[in-house]
Amino acid sequence: MHPHVRRHLLGDLRRVLLSSVSSDAHTWNLVYLQLLIEELGPEVVNLGACVPDALLISEALRVQPDLIVLSTVNGHGYGDGKRVITALRAHRALRDLPVVIGGKLGVGGPISDTQTDDLLAAGFDAVFGDDAAPESFRRFLDRLVPSPTGGECVP
Amino acid sequence: MTATVTPGIDGFLAEAAKRAALVVQPRMGFSDPNQMLRGLLAVTGANACTIATITLDSYTRVGDYAAVAEAMRTGMPLNGYPLVNLDPAVTRELVAAIAHTGTPVQVRHGSGLPLDIFQAMAGSGLAVTEGGPVSYCLPYSRVPLPLAVDDWARACELLANLADQGARPHLESFGGCMLGQLCPPSLLVAISVLEGLFFRQHGLRSISLSYAQQTDRRQDLEALRAMHRLAGDLLSDMDWHIVLYAYMGVYPRTRSGALDLLGDAAELAVHGGAARLIVKTPAEAFRIPTIEENVAALEYAAAVAEEVARGEPVTERLIDSGIHNEARTLVEAVLDLHPDVGQALCRAFATGVLDVPYCLHPDNAGRSRSYVDASGWLRWSRVGGMPLPRPAPESLRASGSASGDLLAALSYVERRYDRENESARKPSRD
Repeated sequence: MHPHVRRHLLGDLRRVLLSSVSSDAHTWNLVYLQLLIEELGPEVVNLGACVPDALLISEALRVQPDLIVLSTVNGHGYGDGKRVITALRAHRALRDLPVVIGGKLGVGGPISDTQTDDLLAAGFDAVFGDDAAPESFRRFLDRLVPSPTGGECVP
Repeated sequence: MTATVTPGIDGFLAEAAKRAALVVQPRMGFSDPNQMLRGLLAVTGANACTIATITLDSYTRVGDYAAVAEAMRTGMPLNGYPLVNLDPAVTRELVAAIAHTGTPVQVRHGSGLPLDIFQAMAGSGLAVTEGGPVSYCLPYSRVPLPLAVDDWARACELLANLADQGARPHLESFGGCMLGQLCPPSLLVAISVLEGLFFRQHGLRSISLSYAQQTDRRQDLEALRAMHRLAGDLLSDMDWHIVLYAYMGVYPRTRSGALDLLGDAAELAVHGGAARLIVKTPAEAFRIPTIEENVAALEYAAAVAEEVARGEPVTERLIDSGIHNEARTLVEAVLDLHPDVGQALCRAFATGVLDVPYCLHPDNAGRSRSYVDASGWLRWSRVGGMPLPRPAPESLRASGSASGDLLAALSYVERRYDRENESARKPSRD
């Protein structure tokens, strides 16, 4: 996608809050995603590793992002993610904020479809498995802000 | 206390050295004590000279004992052994059940604030562990560095004092593994040696220094030589050895690529004079490995090491790209900041004298950067405030984007080993 088209499409996506979940210490996923999202235009607030639920929520209320991206690869993503999204959705100001999660979400490999549905039902707007290509995440970001013509704009 | 105490590591390594055997060790931890025992027994029974591992779960690592308790109550599997929440009697039984094998057991945890864990170890007959005030704070926690330094100082003293009860305490610095990949060797060597000095200051007499396999074999050999030389100069009054970690970054996805990378780590351990190797498995790219996969990796690495040890020693010309000088400069610059090693480390990070590339921790300056050059060597592109030579202007490949460049560097090893196997240019060892 041409940069100015992307900027136009993502015009309303100005600030993204990027974070790990409480028990996950990995950060390369966060370093990479920060660069990827910044290249799409938005400013990124990167909370780093092992973010307690309360800190994620207080930062979400303070930063007022247009999107929260949770990235985790230690296998606790299903449990940690479900817990934190439930706590987050309990705040009125965060009820409609787009929140997505992705990574290696289960101890025994990819999580099941039922578990994915659980996470969606608990309040995530999208769940990305370990095998998701950067393009699928970009497409999701594109969809967050509908293009003027309503169609997806792909080169 | 009459509990069984796991054997010390130094005598075990000396015995292995007599037989010219490389000691190999997995990462392994299960929430269920019975499965943990099966894992420990499988490791001790492997056809290799092994040290066993109890890896703790990541809730324990961050001190979230309520989450551990909840997981234990609901039966949700954890990604490791919940040492602190479990009744110490359970762990003492575990230790007793493998005592007859004479195999030392190391506790691996990743905690920036390890005192609770060290106390639980002391109550369970375990005295061999790893980490460090920098290496388990900056990459893996949000704990302010000065707090981690204090907690680690007290934890080291507690561990050292176990010697009075007949234990043989051993502490490994994880400093040679900072962020797993893309940290240039001179900084890995320096942090590992500095943590070794910190351990000594807090009473430990038996330590190991770690180094993680990076992107180029010759560069890694040079780094291991530098580590031997610095440790020989600065830690000569201690029992110390070097532990090599098989590549810790993005792992090859093909089975033969993963085995080749592990085989190269075993060869590097032998040629580089490491006494111990932490293995990885071909399952690593996808999920946490099973007991059987770990045992297979241990046996494979041990077999390669044996073959290498029987072969010719390295005869190729030694390269000196300056790793030893850089590492020594960093160590000396840090020690000049304060007579207390912990205080010196805090000041070093606060002033950017040490600066880990791509590390997101708030106490890391974050001004250094690294890259993999065209010949596969890991290089500085920016040194920030570190007292190191300014890198030549970057000669990076023409690139599309910063994220693309980073992804390419992160997956450099994976692509190289997977590609070599896909095109069958390199004979596979299995």
